[in-house]
Amino acid sequence: MTDVEINHVGKFFGTLRALSGVDLSMRSGEFLAVLGPSGCGKTTLLRCVAGFEQIDEGRIALGGRLVALPGVHVPPHRRHVAVVPQEGALFPHLDVAGNVAYGLGRGRRDRAARVEQCLELVGLGGYGRRMPHELSGGQRQRVAVARALAPRPPLVLLDEPFSALDAALRSELRRDVRRALREDGATAILVTHDQAEALSMADRVAVMNGGRIRQVGTPAEVYRHPADVWVAGFVGEAVIVPLDGEAPGGRHTSPLGPLTLRDDDRPWDGPMAAVVRPEQVLMTHRRTPQAGRGVPAVVRRVDYHGHDTLVAFELADGTEAMSRMVDGPLVDYRPGDRVFVLVDGAVAAVPVGETVTRPVPSPR
Amino acid sequence: MPLFYILLRTGQNGVGEWWELVTTARTARLAGTSFALAVVVTAGCLLLGVGSAYLVTRTDVPFRRAFAVLAALPLAVPSYVAAYTWVSVADLWSSTARFEGFWPAVAVLILYTYPYVYLPVAAAFAGADAAQEEVARSLGRGTWRTLATVTLPQVRPAIAGGGLLAILYILSDFGAVSILRVDTFTRAIFTAFSAGFDRATALSLSTVLVLLTVLVLLLEGRTRRRGARYESGGASHGTNVVGLGRGRWWAAGGLAAVAVLALGVPALSMVRWMTAGTSRADSWGQLLGAAAGSLTVSLAGALLTMVLALPIGILAARHPGRLSALTERAAYVAHSLPGVVVGLSLVFLGVTVLLPLYQTTWLLAFAYATLFLPLGVAAVSGAAAQAPPALEEVGTSLGRSPAQVFRTVTLPLTLPGIGAGAALVFLTCMKELPATLMLRPTGLDTLATELWQATSYQRYAEAAPYAFLLVLLAAVPTWALVRRSGVVGGAPPAKQARTLKEELLTHD
Repeated sequence: MTDVEINHVGKFFGTLRALSGVDLSMRSGEFLAVLGPSGCGKTTLLRCVAGFEQIDEGRIALGGRLVALPGVHVPPHRRHVAVVPQEGALFPHLDVAGNVAYGLGRGRRDRAARVEQCLELVGLGGYGRRMPHELSGGQRQRVAVARALAPRPPLVLLDEPFSALDAALRSELRRDVRRALREDGATAILVTHDQAEALSMADRVAVMNGGRIRQVGTPAEVYRHPADVWVAGFVGEAVIVPLDGEAPGGRHTSPLGPLTLRDDDRPWDGPMAAVVRPEQVLMTHRRTPQAGRGVPAVVRRVDYHGHDTLVAFELADGTEAMSRMVDGPLVDYRPGDRVFVLVDGAVAAVPVGETVTRPVPSPR
Repeated sequence: MPLFYILLRTGQNGVGEWWELVTTARTARLAGTSFALAVVVTAGCLLLGVGSAYLVTRTDVPFRRAFAVLAALPLAVPSYVAAYTWVSVADLWSSTARFEGFWPAVAVLILYTYPYVYLPVAAAFAGADAAQEEVARSLGRGTWRTLATVTLPQVRPAIAGGGLLAILYILSDFGAVSILRVDTFTRAIFTAFSAGFDRATALSLSTVLVLLTVLVLLLEGRTRRRGARYESGGASHGTNVVGLGRGRWWAAGGLAAVAVLALGVPALSMVRWMTAGTSRADSWGQLLGAAAGSLTVSLAGALLTMVLALPIGILAARHPGRLSALTERAAYVAHSLPGVVVGLSLVFLGVTVLLPLYQTTWLLAFAYATLFLPLGVAAVSGAAAQAPPALEEVGTSLGRSPAQVFRTVTLPLTLPGIGAGAALVFLTCMKELPATLMLRPTGLDTLATELWQATSYQRYAEAAPYAFLLVLLAAVPTWALVRRSGVVGGAPPAKQARTLKEELLTHD
């Protein structure tokens, strides 16, 4: 069953185009992440779905019910869409239980039970009597999620809910929230500018830029088969290598050495470029038999991250590229080292044209 | 609107006539006195205010917490009450010595106006980022060089703001200068008005006073643009304390002397006159009558002010930008309009246009609203900020209708702030003197007017109970201000520091 249907939605702020021709559809129970840089229109899209903003073009249907057309606007409280805002926005005058119970009808007999159940779901069982100011930032976000889940809304919208938290807390909270949403069977849209968050949490990712959706797909699809050069550069790091060849598939020569393109059915029209991910670039100190076809390069910069290392290098013709390697005893590179590099495995090809990355100021 | 009216009336009389009235020797003398008073007192206030603020926030002076509160308390003594107590203390001393004239007025005004500088500067000192000072120290600057080159520039906006408040207050002060018999604009306007309804003179003098305040505002606007302050992001961690060594006892002595002069003298005077009180039975009845009068007009004033403040405040909070900036400016202008001028313009308005309202409580309430609207607006917009739109959006997204959300979220969050604002306006109305004198319905007495009348006939014993009650009432908003300034206890949240200025504006 299709739960969320967004067709050709457009939105203007004065003469500024914030959204144009946005198309999205979601199954019931699906978790979709809308990923994009700040000001790309992702929060505006979320606010249009929630009903805080009116749309100027297209239509939005939730659960088969039309909620928004130009000039037709179902108010937020009739949409059954719960929102988890950026800073949590807990009601400061209500305790945790009061916050979670806010969306539950007063007559419900299982009210207290549902509140406790939702708090358990986010790992805060027994916190009902606390006041919001007595909670840490992460706990507040957990309560905000529980509050959104309590009335069992068909759709939950999360607006960068983890951006204000520190890294360690963030990954733990991401896991817990994802599990809570899943256990409750909620359909959810997460808006974020953090590609790691989008890729690790969502079933599908919609990449947005300049008020348009550039690509929708599973996290692996978006990362391995980016739709264009912009998506390739925004989702993860990439070395873009222009291709001269005419034919799809097969082998191509490049400054990085021979490249094998993935077999995909993308039509080959106009100039294309290869997307080489840093982890596909192998690096050795010596020309080993395995890396026999390696291309000589000079190390320029080494970023050590602990679990892995990103080494930037320069090829003979001046091309700059990067290699990422898992940490180990053999990883010992310094700027100035002479090395050999080799691209391992097939790489994606993307069309070079159509890079409309018009920035649109954020409405807030 | 009163301002507009004054300009209109002056224009009707003709510019030539206005020029003739304005360019008399008397006007020049008045301007000279007003200006000299403003300059001398403001200089004194800056010295006393910044000095005591530094001592209580940044040094190891003994009893610094107690002094921090004591230093702000003179704010609770309305200037005319202060003047009355000083004059009457001098009377106790010897019946021939007169405590009046320019220099006594300077002394009294400094003692009771310096908290306008002290409070914002102390709040700024307490909230200033210690990291900047530490950087200066680590780069080899000594304690005093750091103070001069880093700390003082950091609090410069607060000093400028406080100085502006003080100078505007002095220009608009009426009670103290009247009791101490110093001829300033405010006193001359009132005299011209009460002695034979000399409209032309009163109006012309008002325009000069308004011009003077506008000039001050313009000058302040120029320094403000250059006084922009770079605030490092994030929470500032505690402030550094400077050891004064043996000097700390001298500093404590100085602070104590100021407190004794500013607070001890009124207390002594009031106690002496209360015990020496004459005609007890009669004064009780009068006191109650005046209290009832005060309550009535202040209630009306507070009601009208809050009704007008609600839409403006909510608009300012929800749609920040040009409007809220304008409101802040309007706050200055409204405050710089002396009560005398507002009173005068409303008298003429009442006589000519709103005759049915003249001599009613409502016209007086309207005067209060003109004077204290900024105070109400600040309270409302501050309260509205307590319920940000994000909370209401979450509420509606959870399936509650806008009306329900307003009742269950917006109202519980904003009501305390609006209530506190109304209480503040109410108490401020109670202390207001010149507009009340001019506009009160015949036969209605308030605490302030009774006090003023008693002192003008030198019946000091009679005045004491009114003065006592007024100081008690005034102490309530003062205490609220001191608490919010963050001087006592933790550092103030950034948002409150701004509203502190707005609150101070209308606090007298």
